[in-house]
Amino acid sequence: MSNNTDKTTGATLSRRSFIKCSSAVGAAAAIASGISLPFKSKPANAAEASTPAGPEKVVWSACTVNCGSRCPLRMHVQDGEIKYVETDNTGNDVFGEDTQVRACLRGRSMRKRVYNPDRLKYPMKRTGKRGEGKFERISWEQAYDEIADTMKRLIKDYGNDSIYLNYGTGTLGGTVTKSWPPHNTLIARLMSLCGGYLNHYGDYSTAQIAKGLSYTYGGWAHNNSFSDLANTKLNIQFGNNPAETRMSGGGLVHHYVASKNLSKARTIIIDPRYTDTAAGREDQWIPIRPSTDAALVAGLAYVMITEDLVDQAFLDKYCVGYDEKTLPASAPANSDYKSYILGKGEDGIAKTPEWASKITTIPVDVIVKLAREMGTNRPCAIHQGWGLQRTANGEMACRAVAMLALLTGSVGVSGGSTGARESDINIPFVRFPTVDNPVSTSISMFLWTDAIYRHQEMTDKTDGVRGAERLSNPIKMIWNYAGNCLINQHADINRTHDILQDDQACEMIVVIDNHMTASAKYADIILPDLTTSEQDDWAMDGKASNAPYFIFAQQAIEPQFEAKGIYEVCSELAKRMGVEDEFTEGRSQAEWVEHLYAETRKQDPSLPSFEEMKELGIYKRQYQRDFIAYEDFRKDPEANPLNTPSGKIEIYSEALAEIAATWELDDDEVIHPLPIYVDVFEGHNDPLTAKYPLQLTGFHFKSRCHSTYGNVAELKAAARQELWINPIDAAERGIKHGDMVSIFNDRGEVHITAQVTPRILPRVVALGEGAWYAPDGQKVDHGGSINVLTTQRPSPLAKGNPQHTNLVQVKAIKKA
Amino acid sequence: MKQLGFYIDSSKCTGCKTCQLACKDYRDLDVKRSYRRIYEYTGGGFVQDGDTWIQNDVFAYYLSIACNHCTHPACVQACPSGAMHKRDDNGLVLVDEDICIGCQHCANACPYGAPQFDKTRGIMTKCDGCIQRLSEGKQPMCVESCPLRALEFGDMSELREKYGLTADVAPLPPSSQTLPNIVIKLNKNSKPTGDTTGFLVNPKEV
Repeated sequence: MSNNTDKTTGATLSRRSFIKCSSAVGAAAAIASGISLPFKSKPANAAEASTPAGPEKVVWSACTVNCGSRCPLRMHVQDGEIKYVETDNTGNDVFGEDTQVRACLRGRSMRKRVYNPDRLKYPMKRTGKRGEGKFERISWEQAYDEIADTMKRLIKDYGNDSIYLNYGTGTLGGTVTKSWPPHNTLIARLMSLCGGYLNHYGDYSTAQIAKGLSYTYGGWAHNNSFSDLANTKLNIQFGNNPAETRMSGGGLVHHYVASKNLSKARTIIIDPRYTDTAAGREDQWIPIRPSTDAALVAGLAYVMITEDLVDQAFLDKYCVGYDEKTLPASAPANSDYKSYILGKGEDGIAKTPEWASKITTIPVDVIVKLAREMGTNRPCAIHQGWGLQRTANGEMACRAVAMLALLTGSVGVSGGSTGARESDINIPFVRFPTVDNPVSTSISMFLWTDAIYRHQEMTDKTDGVRGAERLSNPIKMIWNYAGNCLINQHADINRTHDILQDDQACEMIVVIDNHMTASAKYADIILPDLTTSEQDDWAMDGKASNAPYFIFAQQAIEPQFEAKGIYEVCSELAKRMGVEDEFTEGRSQAEWVEHLYAETRKQDPSLPSFEEMKELGIYKRQYQRDFIAYEDFRKDPEANPLNTPSGKIEIYSEALAEIAATWELDDDEVIHPLPIYVDVFEGHNDPLTAKYPLQLTGFHFKSRCHSTYGNVAELKAAARQELWINPIDAAERGIKHGDMVSIFNDRGEVHITAQVTPRILPRVVALGEGAWYAPDGQKVDHGGSINVLTTQRPSPLAKGNPQHTNLVQVKAIKKA
Repeated sequence: MKQLGFYIDSSKCTGCKTCQLACKDYRDLDVKRSYRRIYEYTGGGFVQDGDTWIQNDVFAYYLSIACNHCTHPACVQACPSGAMHKRDDNGLVLVDEDICIGCQHCANACPYGAPQFDKTRGIMTKCDGCIQRLSEGKQPMCVESCPLRALEFGDMSELREKYGLTADVAPLPPSSQTLPNIVIKLNKNSKPTGDTTGFLVNPKEV
């Protein structure tokens, strides 16, 4: 049947009731002119409801989690409750003019995070063993007093360096609420005013590339913005996957696709998985065995060198150590890169495509063709993701990938690249002022578990301790703010569990968060934090190519339950520690929010006023230029040297040669002045493959940002946590699509359903990182948490997390 | 008569499901109901050659499908109560919730899985093209949400003029069955309706 009435509301439709609509969006207006509502009018309809609803207000808020983007959320609030969420819907959304910053599926599900049954409601104190999740409710006063008293005692008995700030990026995008890097947090401000804290360096996202590529380029390595893909001839995404790691439309995947579509550049994706970035938007997918990226690069270099396809003039002028001409005086003969590739170096092995093929599993002809394509399309765009560096020797793998940009002379020019991950243009914004940490000692963020029980062994040469030769105290207290690295996101959950069981070792763990995460279950004291929806803050640092923005995230609803914001919490603790005035400088959170913006506007008076920002919510800029990394250096390397010791791009690093000679390493760990390929522990050549024949890699999964949003039922159902396994491996194990499988190694066991898919290389399996750890009584995880299987053994140089280097076995346990 | 419908750019769609979740949030749907569903169609494979793996046309693509507000809606034909109806003025297929008896014949009849049963209220629900928003001059929530700008909504005659007539692609049924009011821009990997070289990867998600 068809008719013109809709009895949904019992009202008869009138064709005269055309709604006069906004002409802001032409297409929508055109549609609306033909639409009549299936009821009389909105107010009349509302009045018929049994409980009259109050007026709706729309508040600009934000999603400030650690995905790389920061998304505006427009909260539709009625009667004090968020009813639904919209995102940036301002302007015309013409790409390159006024691109909207559109939130992804997670931001759109923020309501389910704010009103989640897992919300922490009031301060709690542990009553059972760590991890059991048994707590009693306490008052805020008691919580503050116990924390302050314990801190005073530990500082007196051990020293400030016994108090550690754990890694946490749950509110990375905030300003007042910023949870990382440690020195930018309010916890650090509090601790520094109280004598300091044990700091950490590195991060779970980029430990190896941040360290590794700093030797090549000096400091954090930049690359051209995605907008520059519009100018390139060849687009190579080496393990880079913006569709799954930079999902929001104000973030990078939209910029990636739209910019690439402008140049129609041939696109090659190198990845063990056929990613969503590929999925029909690529010209070629080259699947590669995990942790063998440096071998592929060496094979490509061999072809380019022997076929005279390298940019020799660039290598001579801008680089150190490509060949003997630019090798430093301290370097031995034949220790240059070209000699290494051609087999004239210390190993005497020519890195032929045949050699590389055996290691990477990539056919020889694919390697040769790729090398020729790169060598004949100079300069070209080469962006690497952060997955390939999150491995057992990721420091060298990421340096190796950068070689492709150097061999092709692509650095510092439009259409080119550096081989690092893409960079962006930012709008400078004044941060919450920091206080210098009186404690200089810093450990790798990955080694805090070790620093609890074997601090006396940890030195600069053995464990990468910085700022001091050795650790003089164990970690006795941990601040864990807006982070899940106490358990869920740190490697080897079962080992961490055991270390944390001794509550006389690390005596006090304070977790400040929104939800009862796996980490919160290991807290001694839990403090319930406000969500972004319940307070004012600035959200910035969203990666957005050449279209940067910041957001004034404003309070949409009242604080839920007894939750309090980090500023109030730290202020109360500062009072008890006798540093309240220094901590607050006499300002409330609201006053800080206004003050920081006033300071920012002093630097850039063209920004809207504070009052205007309340209305605007988001401030965006569209630059009509691209970010070209090291452009000045390329134009004039003498006048604009890099921050490397030589001022040039260092293919051969004397600094690394020195470290390689002095650090204490195990036999299967290599630090090398050149970006060479080495087999890694738990790689495809490890004897352990006899027992655990499958390489397990993690990946960023759309239903979560790391572990954030991992408890939202709607997201869990929309994108199910499954193990990716190739049909060949599945068939050998009698596993069918949808079967329940066990993934296991000596560290633990996970039960999850199998997704049998050709989108992954055989002999490799993949599990999205961040799923919430859900152990049964027998230590088997049923949530699909990859860190039950990952190792706490750090990478050699950065002492970083090799969470994509794991060997496992998989078996079927239950048919679908 | 005007006929409204969706344009779906499968060449841009990354399967992120923002459209689905934005809709669920706006329409306050429970976990099990999705007015918009995203199909992943995948195929191809590997052959071992010595130490190497040769990948043979491994492919994947996504399709975001809501209600297609069909010209010959199977749901309307199957509905015994007359609750499911197609509007004359804009072609949207809607449920009259006062009439619906919750028999779910429409859900069984629809080859696209559009009708979504509301267990709590015992009635059928589905995508209504965000008719309330349309009346306010806005686009449907899913369209405005898409991070890749892969969705559009409008008069089908205009969408077809702009983007062509394609409405057939695996794993969708032949468009001749119900004459869906959608235009699809095919992904490079697209396979024709009836293709058997690939498979629906995520039946539990759609």
